[in-house]
Amino acid sequence: MSIPGTALKTGLTERDLDTLRGVEGTAGVSPQVSLMSAAEVDGEVYKKISIDGESAIYFLNNDVIESGRPFGAADMGGEAHVCIVDHTFIRKAMWGKKVLGSTIRLGGYEYQIVGIQKDSDSMLNAYTDTSSYDGTIMIPYTNAMNMSGASGITSVEVYIAKDASSGTVEKNLRKALNGIFNDADNAFSIFNMESLMKSINTTKAMMQAMLGGIASIALLVGGIGIMNMMLVSVSERTKEIGLRKALGAEPARIQTLFLFEAVTLSVFGGLIGVGIGELIAAIGSVALKIKFSFSPGAVLLGLGFSLGVGIVFGWAPARRASRLNPIDALRSE
Amino acid sequence: MADNQAEIKENSAAPAADPGAGERILPIRGDDGKRADHEADSDTGERILSMRGITKDYVMGSEVSHVLKGIDLDVNRGEFLAVLGPSGSGKSTLMNIIGCLDVPTAGEYWLSGRRIADQSEKQLARIRNREIGFVFQAFQLLQKQSARENVELPLIYAGMPERQRKERVEEMLERVGLADKMDYLPNQLSGGQQQRVAIARAISTNPTILLADEPTGALDQTTGHQVMDLFHDLNEEGRTIIMITHDRHIAAHARRIVRILDGNLLEGGELEDA
Ligand SMILES: Nc1ncnc2c1ncn2[C@@H]1O[C@H](COP(=O)(O)OP(=O)(O)OP(=O)(O)O)[C@@H](O)[C@H]1O
Ligand SMILES: [Mg+2]
Repeated sequence: MSIPGTALKTGLTERDLDTLRGVEGTAGVSPQVSLMSAAEVDGEVYKKISIDGESAIYFLNNDVIESGRPFGAADMGGEAHVCIVDHTFIRKAMWGKKVLGSTIRLGGYEYQIVGIQKDSDSMLNAYTDTSSYDGTIMIPYTNAMNMSGASGITSVEVYIAKDASSGTVEKNLRKALNGIFNDADNAFSIFNMESLMKSINTTKAMMQAMLGGIASIALLVGGIGIMNMMLVSVSERTKEIGLRKALGAEPARIQTLFLFEAVTLSVFGGLIGVGIGELIAAIGSVALKIKFSFSPGAVLLGLGFSLGVGIVFGWAPARRASRLNPIDALRSE
Repeated sequence: MADNQAEIKENSAAPAADPGAGERILPIRGDDGKRADHEADSDTGERILSMRGITKDYVMGSEVSHVLKGIDLDVNRGEFLAVLGPSGSGKSTLMNIIGCLDVPTAGEYWLSGRRIADQSEKQLARIRNREIGFVFQAFQLLQKQSARENVELPLIYAGMPERQRKERVEEMLERVGLADKMDYLPNQLSGGQQQRVAIARAISTNPTILLADEPTGALDQTTGHQVMDLFHDLNEEGRTIIMITHDRHIAAHARRIVRILDGNLLEGGELEDA
C-alpha cells in the first residue's frame, strides 16, 4: 500500500508501523523505501542506481536472494552498512570482480556486499537491461530513509497470515490507517495483490481456455487425419493382414501392429510439433527480448497428447484390421 | 514360450519316429504305384485330418450357390495328396476350409484330434500357425522383407526366442536351397526362388500339413518341376502334403489323387475315365 499521508503528517512512523503490525490477520509489515542514487566502485561512479530499502521481514516473504545472505533484524538499526546487489549492477560495475564481501560507496558510506539478488525473469528487467540504468542495490530500509531524508515511510508491504482473508485484512488495515490519519481523505491507498492476482488469473485462465480450445481442435483434426491414414493403410494392406493371419497371427497381434504404427506416426508428428514450437518460442524470445525458457513438462505433455491421439484414433482402424476375414483379405488383389 | 518350443520340437520328431510312415513310403513312387499305395497308407498311418459332409454355400442376393456339396475326406500322416479339379470347381474353397481360414456351412472337420468348429479365433490362429503351412499360387511374400524375415514371421507368431529363430530360419532356407540368398528381397528373386522361400516359411514351424494351392501356377514348367521335386523330398522326409491343382501333370507327382468336380469329391481311380 502507499501512504503519501496528509499535509500535516507525511507517511508513517515506526510507531504507526507497530500499530499496523498489531492489525488482526497480518503476518508481517515491511516498509519500502526507494530512491535513485549514485554508487562508487573502485573510484568509478555509477549514477543511475536504484536503491531499495528493505526490512528483514521482506526476505522472509520474498525469495530474492541468489547467494550470500538476506538482511536480518540486526541490520535494521541504521548502523549496519550492508547491501545486496543485482546482476545488472554486477555486469555494469563489477564485471569479473569478487562481489560478495567487497565494499562499495553509497551516500557517503562504505557498504559491504553481503548478498546477490536473483535475476527476475520479468520483461521489464530485460528491457531495462539495455538502457543506461546501472542496477538495483538493496540496503536496510532505515539506511535508505536516512539517505533520502524522508521523515516518514510512504510505502509498506503487508503480508497476510495464511488463514486470514485478504479482504478482511484490507478492511482492518483501512480502519487502522483511518485512525492514524484522523479519517483524512486520500491519505493512503491500499493495493490488494490478491485481487490483482485474481484478475490476472482470470485473464490467464481465459487465455488458456482459448489456447486449449485451439489445441483441442488441432488435436481432433490431427487425430482424424491419423485415423484416415490408418484406415487407408489397413485397406491397402488387406492382403498382408490376411497373410499374417494365415501364418498364425492372433487378432490381438494384428491390432497391436497397427496401433503401434498409428502411435509412431502421431508421436513423430508430436516431435515435429514440439520442435517447431520451441523454435518459434526461441525466435520470439529473441525478438521480444524475453528470456527463453525451455519447459520439459510442456514438451512431455505435448508428446503425451500425441501418444494419446495415436492410441485413440489408431484404435478403430487397428481393430478393423484385426477383424478382417483372412480369406477375403488374401483374395483381394 | 518354453511350451511352444517344446511343441515344435516334438512335432519335428514325430514323423521320423513313426516307422510306418517314414520307411514304407520311400520306395513307392510313380503313377502306377499311387493308388495301391494310398490304400496301404490309410490303413496304417495316423489319421490327422477327417472331414464328413462338408458343404459350403455362398449366398449372393437371392441366389445360393452350393460350392461344396458334402465332402468326405480322410488324410493320414505322411501322405502326399493332390486335389485335382477344373477351375471354379471349389478347390480353393476346400483349401481355405482345410487351412482353417474359412468355416464350412455344414459338416464336421477334425484336424489333429481337434474339432475345428469348437475352436476360438485365438485357437484357430494357433492352429494355422502350428498345424498348417500354407503355400500360395502367388507366393504371398511380404515384399519389403528379406527372405530371412519372411521365413521368420510364423516363428515370431509361434513365440520362438530370437536365437533359436535365426538358426531355424537358416536351416529352412538351406533346406530349400537358398542358403546364399537369405538376405534378398522377394523382388530380387526369381519366381521359383520366391516359391521356395514360401515353402521354407510354410515348413518353418514344422506344421502337421503342408497345404499348397496351385504351388506351380505362377511358374514355368522347369521351375514347376523343381518345386515338385522339393515336395517329393519333403514328403519322403515324412511331411504330409495336400496340394491343390488343376494340372493333372502336377497332380501326378502326388502319391494319392482325389478329384473335385462340381463340389463333389471322388477318389482318384473312380474318375480316371471321366
Ligand atoms: N466369396 C464368394 N462368394 C461367392 N461365390 C464364391 C466366393 N468364393 C468362391 N465362390 C465361388 O465358388 C466357386 C469355387 O471357387 P474356388 O475359388 O473354390 O474355385 P477353384 O476351384 O479354386 O478355381 P480356380 O482353379 O480357378 O482357382 C466359384 O464358382 C466361385 O465363383
Ligand atoms: Mg483356386
